[in-house]
Amino acid sequence: MNDKLYRIILFVAALAMPIVCGGVVYALVTDAYDAFEHFGFLNFITSSEWSYTEGAEQYGALPFITGTLMTTMLALLFCIPFSLPVALFVGEYFKGTKIASVLSTVTDLLAGIPSIIYGLWGFYTLRPIIMALNISPQGSGVLTASLVLAIMIVPYAASLSAEFIKMVPNDLKEGAYSLGATRAEVVRKVIFPVAGSGIFSSYVLAIGRALGETMTVTMLIGNTNNIPDSITSTGNSMASIIANQFGEADDLRLSSLIAIGLILFLITALINMVGKIMIKHARIA
Amino acid sequence: MNKLKIRHRLAKDKLMLWSICLLAALTAVPLLAILGEVLLRGYDQLSWSFFTEPTPTAYKVTKAIEAGEPIPGGIANGIVGTMIMLGMAVMVAVPLGILCGAFLAENGKNRFAQFVSYLTDLLQGTPSVIIGIITYIWVVVPMKGYSAIAGSVALCIMMLPLIIRSTEETLKILPASLKEAGLALGGNNARVMMKVQLPAAFGGIFTGVLLAVSRVIGETAPLMFTALGCSFVRFAVDKPISAVPLLIWEFFNDPNLQELIWGASLFLLLFVLTLNLLSKYLAKKWNQ
Repeated sequence: MNDKLYRIILFVAALAMPIVCGGVVYALVTDAYDAFEHFGFLNFITSSEWSYTEGAEQYGALPFITGTLMTTMLALLFCIPFSLPVALFVGEYFKGTKIASVLSTVTDLLAGIPSIIYGLWGFYTLRPIIMALNISPQGSGVLTASLVLAIMIVPYAASLSAEFIKMVPNDLKEGAYSLGATRAEVVRKVIFPVAGSGIFSSYVLAIGRALGETMTVTMLIGNTNNIPDSITSTGNSMASIIANQFGEADDLRLSSLIAIGLILFLITALINMVGKIMIKHARIA
Repeated sequence: MNKLKIRHRLAKDKLMLWSICLLAALTAVPLLAILGEVLLRGYDQLSWSFFTEPTPTAYKVTKAIEAGEPIPGGIANGIVGTMIMLGMAVMVAVPLGILCGAFLAENGKNRFAQFVSYLTDLLQGTPSVIIGIITYIWVVVPMKGYSAIAGSVALCIMMLPLIIRSTEETLKILPASLKEAGLALGGNNARVMMKVQLPAAFGGIFTGVLLAVSRVIGETAPLMFTALGCSFVRFAVDKPISAVPLLIWEFFNDPNLQELIWGASLFLLLFVLTLNLLSKYLAKKWNQ
């Protein structure tokens, strides 16, 4: 094979990416167009009506956008007190030891569990606990979904933050120790300021994960098409409304669901892009 | 006064250490809880017939319930479907992903390569339910029906970015002298890639493929609107087909079949976790 042919083959293979991604955007936009045209873009994302009575169909995405944002933010809140200690454990306190590699294997395995099994566990184990604690009568809801979601994103946030914590130069830490700082003070006054932007970006990427998580949320959020009025009430996220109704939908409802898909795609793309750019800057700094 | 302050600081330091250990250890709890629950509730369902028989029909289930017997049948249709779709997806995603990864490793600095690299990240971050919608629009609508082909297209799209990244990264960390030695012996770029670089990178690429397979094998959302599901063992690729995660979803929604959930979940969980551990072990071994 000569060099020219080789380069052409590689180039053609690489074209697959622009074709696939272009196709994704093109297909989503053309199929969502009906819904946006019928309801108007602004009206579609600010309306909270979701009714499919024939003749008076009305679809709005606001309840699902709210549901997604609520579950994601709560999951992030629950995830931080666990992922940050794991990152410090693996990246600083027990760096390079056997026990650290055991812990990172555990988090890797957590990342590998299929989301439908997380959903089952949430439904059959966590939901009864929530009911027994009298937090909510039906057990499922935004809170239950976010708790399981939090467990699912701990591995992503922890492993990336640990990498940035590991990269903090030793002389900085040793300088602080020689001035008499305790380890806790080194963590707070040296590691966090130096690795902070990297740690922050790992949480941005974890948000990107949580936004699109489908099966777990579908099984636990309660699937009602209203704006959740508290964290214990039921609702639907953008991904879960698609999973629930896509199979039975047609015409305008299908187009509305695809429009929700387009919005979800744009939000996750934006969050991921921001996260990646921040990581690049954190690595250079 | 000063002594008190130092004691206070040391106490704070200790408190920090112990709370980190405690909270980090707590992270292992969900893994053990999930494994434990699935194992305890699922192990007595696993039998030879569970893997060789398809999902029972509603009639058989009601009869078994009336007679007070355990529900018959298994997940053979799901296992066959998963294997067929995964096989087709791997056949396309692996060669394409390796070529694409090789392109990125060879042309890392040029504009187009950086654009492709960015798109790879974009696709990797795309929620799986959206991959399902896309495949529905691309494949299911033109073919006028759900099919194994559609399911495997969805899985293939999900695997591609993972394989591209692992190929690119493995090729990039190979010592440059390896490639230069090959070129110095008179091989051209293509020959050096085929005979020197790819064989040297085999370990990394292989573990990347294993990880990609373990990532998509449990995917449910993209299969719901593409493969749909099917209650008997089927080998046709242009008809709806089942998959293990799809079956779990069906069992979850059907009160009569709930007994079968845990056996199917145990099978899926063990399969995925074994692949994960295997790839981690191989990566370690090949790195030495």
